[in-house]
Amino acid sequence: MKKFFIPLGIFLVLVAFLAVGLKRNPQEIPSPLLGKPAPLFSLSTLDTGGAKFGPQDMRGKVWMLNVWATWCAACRDEHPLLVALSKANQLPIVGLNYKEVQAQDAPAGRQLTPEDKLRIARERSAVWLQRLGDPYVVSVFDLDGRVGIDYGVYGVPETYIIDKEGVIRFKQVGAVTLETLQSQILPLLQKLNAS
Amino acid sequence: MKSSCLQLKALCLAACLVWTGLTTALAKEALPMAQDPVLEKRLVLISEELRCLVCQNESLASSRAELANDLREEVRKLIAQNQSDQQIKDYLVNRYGDFVLYRPQVKPMTWVLWFGPFLLLAAAVWGMFSYIRQRQSAQTAGVALSDADRHKVQAILKSGDAP
Repeated sequence: MKKFFIPLGIFLVLVAFLAVGLKRNPQEIPSPLLGKPAPLFSLSTLDTGGAKFGPQDMRGKVWMLNVWATWCAACRDEHPLLVALSKANQLPIVGLNYKEVQAQDAPAGRQLTPEDKLRIARERSAVWLQRLGDPYVVSVFDLDGRVGIDYGVYGVPETYIIDKEGVIRFKQVGAVTLETLQSQILPLLQKLNAS
Repeated sequence: MKSSCLQLKALCLAACLVWTGLTTALAKEALPMAQDPVLEKRLVLISEELRCLVCQNESLASSRAELANDLREEVRKLIAQNQSDQQIKDYLVNRYGDFVLYRPQVKPMTWVLWFGPFLLLAAAVWGMFSYIRQRQSAQTAGVALSDADRHKVQAILKSGDAP
């Protein structure tokens, strides 16, 4: 009897490990930034007047940083949800446009200057936001992806919730879904706003 | 027959040549612009130990993902700033987590990972020895005879002597 149960037990343990391993999403990497201050930046906005924006401008507010780009298909999927969220006045959402203008966008044999890139990024974003709705209180442009590196961005869209003290409380890689919104983001908002 | 075989060989050779030509061309394209050979050498050494987050089975050195390009550029800058290998790795770990390291750090969180296999080996060795000992003692116990048995056997053997 014992001889029969020992291999069976080992097999079941193995199956349990494999089953858990299969269910996990390898794209989901725990961010070391949770609980750490949001990295500071100062980036150009949609406003052609030259106004800059940084996380320091949101001190005292619970806010969302949404990393997106017009070339990103999943961003289009989550966009209606963000628009609804902003219409419901749940929290201010800041759009961080990540590397809108890519290397292949340059005309053959010519390199785009940062000014060119900013101009093109503004044009494209304005069209997108006009067509699909603008959920952002402000849109900033991370043209070379440097701010993205500081935030550990590796797959657009990514979404961060930052609290009143400027500490990152939540990170989502990939499109925000109604389910994550209801089960994680909204409860977290209540908690953060109450404190 | 012979000529068609030759043709086939020639075709194979041509295909091989084209293939190697293609692959080396691709390999060359992925190579960074070597401005400073010493810096590039260190970049390769460091980035081979780092994981590309977009294509997770590739190292930062071999990946051609856009993000890998940016991160290599970042590492290049850090090398130019005379940062140590550890400092550069810490820079990336602070942003992307331990996941970027192909060689995880030894810390309480990764003890099972580092020492677990040795623990399993020790358990297996212990199991094997206890099994062998058990078998040996079972065998010797089976051979041992009581005095009564010995007398009985001797009696049988003796009776067998006399036909």
